[in-house]
Amino acid sequence: MGALRTFLDRIEPHFSKGGKWERLFPLYEMVDTIFYVPGTATAVAPHVRDAVDMKRSMFTVIIALMPALVFGIYNTGYQADPGAGFLQNVMTGGSAVVPLILVSYIVGGLWEVLFAVIRRHEVNEGFLVTGLLLPMTLPPDIPLWMVAMGISFGIVIGKEVTGGTGYNIFNPALIARAFIFFAYPAEMSGDPVWTLADDLTAATPLAVAASVPGDDAVSLVAAAGYTLKDMFVGLIPGSVAGTSTLAVLAGAVVLIVSRIANWRIMAGGLIGLVTAAILANLLAPASENTMLSLSPLYHGVMGGFAFGIVFMATDPVSAAQTDKGRWIYGILIGALCVMIRVLNQAFAEGIMLSILLGNAFAPMIDYFVLRQNIAKRQKAYAKQ
Amino acid sequence: MKKTLDTFAGPLSRSNPITTQVLGICSALAVTVKMDTALVMSGALVFVLVGSNVIVSALREVIPSRVRIIVMLTIIATLVIFIDELLKAYLYDISKQLSIFVGLIITNCIVLGRAEAFALKNTVWESSLDGLGNAMGYGLILLLVSAARELFGSGSLFGFQIIPDFLYVEHGGWYVNNGLMLLAPGAFIILGLLIWLQRTINGYTEE
Repeated sequence: MGALRTFLDRIEPHFSKGGKWERLFPLYEMVDTIFYVPGTATAVAPHVRDAVDMKRSMFTVIIALMPALVFGIYNTGYQADPGAGFLQNVMTGGSAVVPLILVSYIVGGLWEVLFAVIRRHEVNEGFLVTGLLLPMTLPPDIPLWMVAMGISFGIVIGKEVTGGTGYNIFNPALIARAFIFFAYPAEMSGDPVWTLADDLTAATPLAVAASVPGDDAVSLVAAAGYTLKDMFVGLIPGSVAGTSTLAVLAGAVVLIVSRIANWRIMAGGLIGLVTAAILANLLAPASENTMLSLSPLYHGVMGGFAFGIVFMATDPVSAAQTDKGRWIYGILIGALCVMIRVLNQAFAEGIMLSILLGNAFAPMIDYFVLRQNIAKRQKAYAKQ
Repeated sequence: MKKTLDTFAGPLSRSNPITTQVLGICSALAVTVKMDTALVMSGALVFVLVGSNVIVSALREVIPSRVRIIVMLTIIATLVIFIDELLKAYLYDISKQLSIFVGLIITNCIVLGRAEAFALKNTVWESSLDGLGNAMGYGLILLLVSAARELFGSGSLFGFQIIPDFLYVEHGGWYVNNGLMLLAPGAFIILGLLIWLQRTINGYTEE
């Protein structure tokens, strides 16, 4: 490692002010700070009061994503051919998932470096996470050029137009996913997209639960062969890494222990989900809509709720910033997720749209929390 | 001469009614899925805007200022109904696709805005240039937005297939049309990118 440091120090003058490659400084800075903790403090949001810098904290997120990703690769192969052995499944899954991740990193990275060089800012660390989150939320079967379109849209429209990392209103990875979802709906929803095999169609548990009006959602899911345990472990068709609640929980532990993601958002999301699902259950007898009868437990383990609330909703830039605001923000997302799943038949899954809506409301939630706090303190001051 | 040129050319770019003044957005979103509807809509607006500017300007000495809005709206409405009937008679299909949006030119902020802000204070010649410039500035943006939306959303321009058939998934290729471009948000995104481009070129910054 000492030789690398010497090398980086020796070439540094070329990239710093006045050097011949001054414009490419972001590239140098990126390589330098990946290998070594920089001596400077983070200048723009998100701020974390800690000894780690943004790159270190984003790496922790990557580590937290690993269980879900590894399981997702296995599950992708498993869904294509449940009969094949473990190694075979990992190979099949890997050959489908790794290209998605590569395309996302390479195309997104090009945009990042382009903007960094033109706007003379550093390459944003958050991209390490954004570039991995997007492929993890896509169907494994998606054409690679759509991934390229999506990540381009997410980086340019979702992030750079509003000023880059720290200024984005929405989670860029979700903006990218939403773009692909609305631009190419045939590749993002419906039964055939969730498995690699062309002749094999598999409905996601959420789609199954909504399939026969007037029936009971839980028995529909059971009849399709999805047990609660399967759905918790994640051996169900779905997006690449969003199916396994278990693997996501492992990542959540890493994020909460390292204090990189805020547990209040996750807890709030769970409260919102359970409350909304119970309310829906109460309404169930009055309607033909089977989704109303789905119990909170099922809502929690089906679809991408766990993945979304742990990894997407907790994005430090687009989430609410006050503690009370985080509770409200989380509850809002959890409740909206159930509402979209249950009431809007056009969307089987609701977590993507509910987080985007939560992002849109986050600044307003913070504003009212702050106003309320100011009003409270003014009152206390007046009493003296 | 310079000023006359500015009256006409200014609205094409620097003071464009859509990208700079952000007027007429409603119709810019609604009629830009296909280029032919955008072109007919632009034509209708050229007729109405030039007509209303010329008539209002010619009558500017006799219109009592207290009832000027009503008078101007009457003039605009007359022109709009005229062009609407004309489209129904000669371009029935496109008129059906444009549906209510030709009629809604009456409430298009650009038309009333130019009558109020320009035609009431300037000569007939200058007003006609201003009307033509603004209507063409509007039409230019409409055509750019609709070109992008039709090309990426339907693979064609003016109804002619541009992206070759063999590229499409249905014919063994890999390409799929971008469905987002057919929805209103697609127009917003294209419009936003155009504004970005224009401001980068013109060096415009928000005060």
